[in-house]
Amino acid sequence: MASQEAIRTSEPTKASLFYDPKIRSLVFQALLIFLLILGVWWIIDNTIENLRRSNISTGWAFLRGRAGFDISDRLVEYTSDSTFFRALVVGILNTLKVAIAGIIVATVVGFLVGIGRLSNNWLIRKICTVYVEIFRNIPPLLVILFWYQGVLAVLPAVRESIELPFNSFLNVRGFYLPAIVWNGSGLMVLGGLAIGLVLSWYVARRAYARQMATGQSFPVLWVSLALIVGMPLLAYLLSGMPATVDYPQKGNFNLTGGSNVKPEFLSLLLALSFYTASFIAEIVRAGIMGVPKGQTEAYSALGLRPAKGLRLVVIPQALRIIIPPLTSQYLNLTKNSTLGVAIGYPELYSVGGTILNQTGQAIEVVVIFMIVYLSISLITSAFMNWFNTKMALKER
Amino acid sequence: MKNVLTGVLGAAALAFTAPVASADTLSDVKAKGFIQCGVNTALAGFSAPNDKGEWTGLDVDFCRAMAAAVFGDGTKVKFTGLSAKDRFTALQSGEIDVLSRNTTWTINRDTALGLNFAGVTYYDGQGFMINAKKLPGVNSALQLSGAAVCVQAGTTTELNLADYFRANKMEYNPVVFEKFEEANAAYDAGRCDAYTTDQSGLYAVRLQMSAPDDHVVLPEIISKEPLGPSVRQGDDKWLDIAKWTYYALLNAEEAGITQANVEEMKASENPDIKRLLGVEAETKIGTDLGLDNAWVVNIIKATGNYGEIFERNVGSGSQLKIARGINALWTKGGLQYGMPIR
Repeated sequence: MASQEAIRTSEPTKASLFYDPKIRSLVFQALLIFLLILGVWWIIDNTIENLRRSNISTGWAFLRGRAGFDISDRLVEYTSDSTFFRALVVGILNTLKVAIAGIIVATVVGFLVGIGRLSNNWLIRKICTVYVEIFRNIPPLLVILFWYQGVLAVLPAVRESIELPFNSFLNVRGFYLPAIVWNGSGLMVLGGLAIGLVLSWYVARRAYARQMATGQSFPVLWVSLALIVGMPLLAYLLSGMPATVDYPQKGNFNLTGGSNVKPEFLSLLLALSFYTASFIAEIVRAGIMGVPKGQTEAYSALGLRPAKGLRLVVIPQALRIIIPPLTSQYLNLTKNSTLGVAIGYPELYSVGGTILNQTGQAIEVVVIFMIVYLSISLITSAFMNWFNTKMALKER
Repeated sequence: MKNVLTGVLGAAALAFTAPVASADTLSDVKAKGFIQCGVNTALAGFSAPNDKGEWTGLDVDFCRAMAAAVFGDGTKVKFTGLSAKDRFTALQSGEIDVLSRNTTWTINRDTALGLNFAGVTYYDGQGFMINAKKLPGVNSALQLSGAAVCVQAGTTTELNLADYFRANKMEYNPVVFEKFEEANAAYDAGRCDAYTTDQSGLYAVRLQMSAPDDHVVLPEIISKEPLGPSVRQGDDKWLDIAKWTYYALLNAEEAGITQANVEEMKASENPDIKRLLGVEAETKIGTDLGLDNAWVVNIIKATGNYGEIFERNVGSGSQLKIARGINALWTKGGLQYGMPIR
């Protein structure tokens, strides 16, 4: 003890700059930054030199070149005459399409299974447990191949399509649905939808204010639903029913007409969402179990029924535990969409890989991959952080 | 996920390797004691492992021939199975020394991709295969409007396909796979109406189908596909070795030198044969290439001449039974023409 005292008291007497902790830390930081810059410069310089030596063309001009290959699944207009840049856009949109749809399905399934694992019903509880344990412990690539080769590839051929209600068909080429074709403009209907949305927002606000003031509740959900469905329907009837339905027909090779959900998209979507849902279920279960039992007892004491209590008391508190790990799962799902390359779904990684091969510009394409996935991930987490702050406990 | 890795590692290799990597492949190869050769993962007749796990095929034998030329031993070669998408990055980054993977020689690959092609080991053309049982009545590619077509990503095939349907004003639905095996499986499962690749490949794929006799190859050939081995640009010495290995195989066939008779042929009085086999007095042909003067003898001992390689892997001695056709020697009406070794 005594010796330590001695050391501590002797320290403040400045011996030299070398021993000054402030200056030392500054020097080390400067050194680190210098080394970092040196390292980055070395990598860039070396890359340029190596590319030059191996006569590989570089630069971003290739993005304006003619792509020359076709992409079957696309959200925007694209032909083989389009540019490589446009092909990339098609790829990015396909990635976003499967990621957003996957996140929605995974969240719904995940919440249901997570709550199901806490159910009082033995059968539901066990089924949910088995689901989680199966999907959580299989690599996502296997889940994708399971859906693609195990489920969708064994569906019947086009000529023997399974007929479903509403003139839909299911066969080895995917899921064929009737499509709505607008003869005139659908603007009126869109306008109706907008009015419906605004009105239901207003109703929700008024109902909340009234409940705060008088304690009387108002069936917001049903009224909003009626408004959101009813207003576009009214607009549709008023504008003289400008849409017809295009039914899938049996053509030469495929079913033509209608809209087609391709098996590549379907299996990737199902695999990603079912895989991620198993993790989300566990997060939801943890979140709900993280809410003290006293809260349940408190809402029961207040006379709330379990369904309402869960919605008004338990879930809002559980969400604070759920959201941060949920964000990671959303990011995982988005990044796992690159596995679609194994079954030929034209998402960014697949399209980018083709571009890489046709142009040979590996570095540029890999940089594009990094920028795009980084941006998608950052935007997702920014949104989830905003949502998290909104859900956080507000001290009043 | 190996493909992700090859792509990223390839880019990384360009970033991190010292700038001397591509200067002298021959010395590098001699130092490590073997040639690293990039081949197709599973294309029967060109490169595929046999039931004993040994690589066999026309593309594989070319690499063996090069190994024999360099080391006097055709076994001093290691193979890397590559997808169409990864093959160029693997060569550019120095992961492999020679790419012998049914690769079409195009100007873009020769220039912008930084490759040099050594020759055409197989003249091919793109075709279509359909399941005749499921599509009775289709006997021409021009009847394929509206069809779903399985194709491999990052190939000239993919581009030719787009051009062909466009030129003939037909609609189609491409289903693009990164790996050959994935495309095969999807076609076999009925995901696509037609499968397209080089005709030689179609015959090979047909053998792998669950019911090969149901599938027919349509008569149209929609492109020129000269397939050949390639090396990195900027190493003329290594390119020379690849190029002359190929010509040596052709010249040996032309001179009638086979795996069986190469030793007897050494005693031949024919000056052309003596020169080719390096038994001419004071010959410098082999050493000028940076090789042993017995290089051609070594090649022929290891793999046989071009004709033997062809018949063994894709011709009458194989399951594919492809006729020599335009791949016959120029003396027999084909396109294979070995530059004079003198």
